Amino acid sequence: MIQLPCPWCGPRNVSEFRYAGEVTPRPQPATATPEQWRRYLYVRRNPRGWTEENWYHSAGCRQFFKLRRDTDSNAVEEPR
Amino acid sequence: MTQQRTQPAVGSIGRMRLAPQQGEVIDRARTLPFTWNGSSFTAHPGDTIVSALAAAGERVFSRSFKYHRPRGLLTASFHDPGCMMQVGDEPNVRGAHRLVESGMDVSSQNTWPSLRFDVKGINRLAGRFLPAGFYYKTFIKPERLWPTYEKVLQRFVHAGEISPDTPHSYYDKRYAHPDVLVTGGGPAGMTAALAAARAGASVLLVDEEHQLGGHLRWADPAAAAELVARVSGQDGIEVLTNSVVLGRYDENWIAVVQRDLPDIPERLIKARARSLVVAPGLIERPYVFAGNDTPGVMLSTAVRRLINLHAVKPGERAVVLTANPSGDAAIEDLQRAGVRIAHIADACAGADVARVHGRRGVRAVELADGRKIEADLFVTATGWTAPTALLNMAGDVPVYSAKAARFLPGGATAENVFAAGGIAGDGTLDELLAHADAVGAEAARRAATHRHRQLAATPTSEPPSAGSPREEPVEIPELPVHEHPELFRGSTHGMVDFSEDVSSKDLHVAVREGYDSAELAKRYTTATMGPLQGKLETINAIATVAEATGRTVAETGTTTWRPMYAPVTLGALAGRIFEPVRYSPMQPWHESHGATPLVAGQWIRPDDYGDPAAEVRAVRDGVGIIDVTPIGKLDLRGPDIPKLLNLLYVNKWSKLGIGRVRYGVMCADDGVVMDDGVTGRLGEEHYLMSTTSSGAAAVWEWVENWLQTEHPDWQVHVTPVTTAYASINVAGPRSRELVGRLVEGVDLAPDEFGYMQVRTGRIAGVDDCVLWRIGFTGELSYELHVPTAYGLHVWETLMEHGADLGVTPFGVEAQRILRLEKGHLIVGQDTDGLTKGYSAGLDWAIKLDKDDFVGKPELAWQAETGGGSRLVGLQPVDGQVVPPEASQILTAGGGIAGRVTSSRMSPTLGRSICLGQLDAALAEPGTELTVHLPDGNDIRARVTEHLAHVDPEGKRQEITGPVPAARPCATPVARSPIAAGGRSGEAAPAAGTVTIADRSPLTKIGIRAPHDGTMAADLGARFGRTTRDPSGNLVIGSGPGEWLVLGAPDARLLSVLRERAERSGEFATVVDLTHGRALIRLSGQRCAELLAKVCGIDFAGEFTPNGAAFRSSVAKLVTDIVRDDKAGVPSYLLHCERSSGQYLFDALLDAGAEFDIEIDGSPSREEI
Ligand SMILES: [Zn+2]
Repeated sequence: MIQLPCPWCGPRNVSEFRYAGEVTPRPQPATATPEQWRRYLYVRRNPRGWTEENWYHSAGCRQFFKLRRDTDSNAVEEPR
Repeated sequence: MTQQRTQPAVGSIGRMRLAPQQGEVIDRARTLPFTWNGSSFTAHPGDTIVSALAAAGERVFSRSFKYHRPRGLLTASFHDPGCMMQVGDEPNVRGAHRLVESGMDVSSQNTWPSLRFDVKGINRLAGRFLPAGFYYKTFIKPERLWPTYEKVLQRFVHAGEISPDTPHSYYDKRYAHPDVLVTGGGPAGMTAALAAARAGASVLLVDEEHQLGGHLRWADPAAAAELVARVSGQDGIEVLTNSVVLGRYDENWIAVVQRDLPDIPERLIKARARSLVVAPGLIERPYVFAGNDTPGVMLSTAVRRLINLHAVKPGERAVVLTANPSGDAAIEDLQRAGVRIAHIADACAGADVARVHGRRGVRAVELADGRKIEADLFVTATGWTAPTALLNMAGDVPVYSAKAARFLPGGATAENVFAAGGIAGDGTLDELLAHADAVGAEAARRAATHRHRQLAATPTSEPPSAGSPREEPVEIPELPVHEHPELFRGSTHGMVDFSEDVSSKDLHVAVREGYDSAELAKRYTTATMGPLQGKLETINAIATVAEATGRTVAETGTTTWRPMYAPVTLGALAGRIFEPVRYSPMQPWHESHGATPLVAGQWIRPDDYGDPAAEVRAVRDGVGIIDVTPIGKLDLRGPDIPKLLNLLYVNKWSKLGIGRVRYGVMCADDGVVMDDGVTGRLGEEHYLMSTTSSGAAAVWEWVENWLQTEHPDWQVHVTPVTTAYASINVAGPRSRELVGRLVEGVDLAPDEFGYMQVRTGRIAGVDDCVLWRIGFTGELSYELHVPTAYGLHVWETLMEHGADLGVTPFGVEAQRILRLEKGHLIVGQDTDGLTKGYSAGLDWAIKLDKDDFVGKPELAWQAETGGGSRLVGLQPVDGQVVPPEASQILTAGGGIAGRVTSSRMSPTLGRSICLGQLDAALAEPGTELTVHLPDGNDIRARVTEHLAHVDPEGKRQEITGPVPAARPCATPVARSPIAAGGRSGEAAPAAGTVTIADRSPLTKIGIRAPHDGTMAADLGARFGRTTRDPSGNLVIGSGPGEWLVLGAPDARLLSVLRERAERSGEFATVVDLTHGRALIRLSGQRCAELLAKVCGIDFAGEFTPNGAAFRSSVAKLVTDIVRDDKAGVPSYLLHCERSSGQYLFDALLDAGAEFDIEIDGSPSREEI
């Protein structure tokens, strides 16, 4: 089990966190086309390699934070 | 060999037992009786089952898996393939490892009707019918014979008998956080552990055997004893013997199983090691030749173990095939033990063996040069296998060295993984120890660097002390690699995989049939796939495939070692079963009044009290009460709440007045309905939001997500208060009459407190209650939210004062019927993961003219295109038929047009009623449709005009009547969420034990403010730490910008803190959580050990010193933990949401059993 570096709590087992998806900016709802909106809803890069993710420390500080992670090696960039 | 023993062996000296040996591990002063296949034997403490049997002259311990060949002792270790046995009702016991206990009932496996006369031995003659790949080739056709094949195959499965009557055992689990974990307690492992510990590391030293020492135990017992003494004299090393590392996972997450503890069959240890030192030594490799599995063929290490550890003479007359010093040393041991050495075959000089003769035991050894030498023992020393499993799991790819005739580490392991000892290379003992010493020191250094970084990132720790860890690495010397002849197979074919009965011939056949890679041949023949998982056989299997394909061993490669390295019971993997449950404070009442329990998520709720239809009628005709405590409740404070509500709900919230309640629906950004509930405005900047019971946690996270990530500038604080309130819905035409009798400070007159309004007041003498007038059941009803400790008091008072009105408790089932009669949807029941807002009958609520709300674009497009199904009311034409939920609704052409989402017999209408999802084209009221039932029958049903089957006009909400005067009622009684049970004396328990105490009555105040502002400075505790204020209250930095203050029960604490929050001039809010949290104090020297069984946090020293505060998972429950020592004795406060308090208390009691935990019933409940 990998550990994630919570910016508030320090390193914790990943089982304490909930994955909240790839960082995907929400388009302007007033102007977004269905195509853009559905890309935001459903399409993910899911790369092999570095990616930016949202995580929620649900069994800890209960903060959402962004994390850069290499999906291949599980290496993470230390937050901030 | 003939069976000489007809009388049971009696007395302490078996006929093969030797005089005392220097390194022996048996206690000759005592004997233990046990039975083997029904006959009596004796052993000494320290004997394994097999050593005791061998001492008595036994040589055959099992029959082989496929051909039922007699098998004896080969390795005399845990991994001896011929020594799997049944002990009592435990199958597959490793007989050459398991120590004899008095009275053990041991029997052989795979033998029927007896070890001697094995009927299935006939397979040996029928060997040509069980060829390579026989699983794939045989028993295929005809299919009608499969049941027969199954019965045949079952008889041939290895493994013993499992009794379904075996009682449940206590399997244990704990976490560990060593700086350095050393696996392998031989000379290298011990030396590395000593070096690491001397460098200040905490070390966990794990060894598979019953004693530390490794091969020195038989090679040099004095040297072994000296090292063992140094280990036990060194601080900072925890030794686990009879334990094995099962696997290494990401970031040195290491699974260790600890065996045969008192009262615990196995314990799983989940260790997070900062460094891992792999020092398992080498496993001696068998040699492949005809008859190599005959009892009496042994490895040199087996002979040395038997003689030196167990003082057992392995035979009378021996032939030895040796290629290395281990074989030479075995010869010396044999001579000392009085075994005649009939011949020494020097494999380095080209000597080889052709076959052994004998069936139930070796009678003669035939050498490659044709000489035939009589002997009952044939010893081989032909090479080693490096058990590189853990290095593999750490990313290394071991490299085959033809020079060493074994695999060596490839040097590509993860940063904090090291190899030491024989697995790393060769050399003299001194060279290996010097290498291990350096490895241990470097492992400790890297661990210290890692620890330093972790401490700096952990808010619970004090700032790291000055002096960062040593930077220059310890130089690790290179180990030499000695030359060893490549010996795998002689001139004849023999067993490669002893546990699966796969011979070198089978592997050749597999290659001929095209399975010419190691991975394919392995799967086809099942070589290396038996209980030993390749530990003995993998090199020989690769070498045989290499030979058959004409490639080298290096070209053929190795198979990948995967976890688990050693067998582990399912019980150990399951560990303690942690399944949090939640109870409302009224649950004891429900249980004592015949409620049928309903498991709803973690909640245990009353489904009914015997007759749900009668409960429905009582509500429609008079008044009923239901416990709805699990309804999610979020306390919202701040000026920007309307913005938040407008964003998250599809309807409008800007104009909700104080005292008003509104129903709201939340959709996700894909427009799919995710939750619903009512939200009421209690004050200018204070709202209470309710959610569905099952959606409570998700909605809280949802709200936090939008606030934290999209709108961090909005001033809203959200506090879950689901279990801060016990919730009771009082429903029915006479509910006003009942509630009126108990309420003070709220005017219930219909025009004063109308439908969809909220009030706060006193109920049954309890202050700070919230009442909302809403109507899920369709009746006049009041939902009472009462501070939880008084929940049972208010419930009982309602029952008492409503007796003359016929007040009836009703359960979840009655509520489901009532709401279905009223046509109210349940999210998740009448909607699913694809149901968008307009498909849920919510057209009236969705306001597309709002600027933005979550899900708006998708809902706008749905409104435009009209896509998706519609929620409709349905009534079967035959009102006596209740179509089961999920029955399909069909089009005229027989296609699927929808489904029934809810259905019940309505006690009010005396007919069946439904809700369903239906294609919009067929959703017109009055449409008659076919409903296809799961039993295959079709019925007709009609779409109704309204979703509501009862009172579509909502007239029952308008029932008026006199409001009675409040009556005096019993003094409120506050109750704790925890029933301590067991010992709960007045006196404080003796010092030294671990004690547990319920401290739930303490006042608990939650505060939210900027984490770095005036209020934070005023409170004086940063996130992760605690402080005491001048009044002795404990101020806990429980989250970023979040505090909890604990104090003696005193109403003034809340107002004092509110004043301070106001004075700060910041956006700071204060919420009373006294009723919302259960609080437990755990005290005693061994608390940290107890908590390590239920929580993965490092409780030792620097990470959680006194004053640490953090949140983590305890027994799978999110729990706040505060270290708050008392008079130098470690002490922890644990708090969780209140309804789980009993669960947490019980889980801690369970974990504390081995520490003799006592319940502290002393009257210090009101101190903090
Ligand atoms: Zn955190």
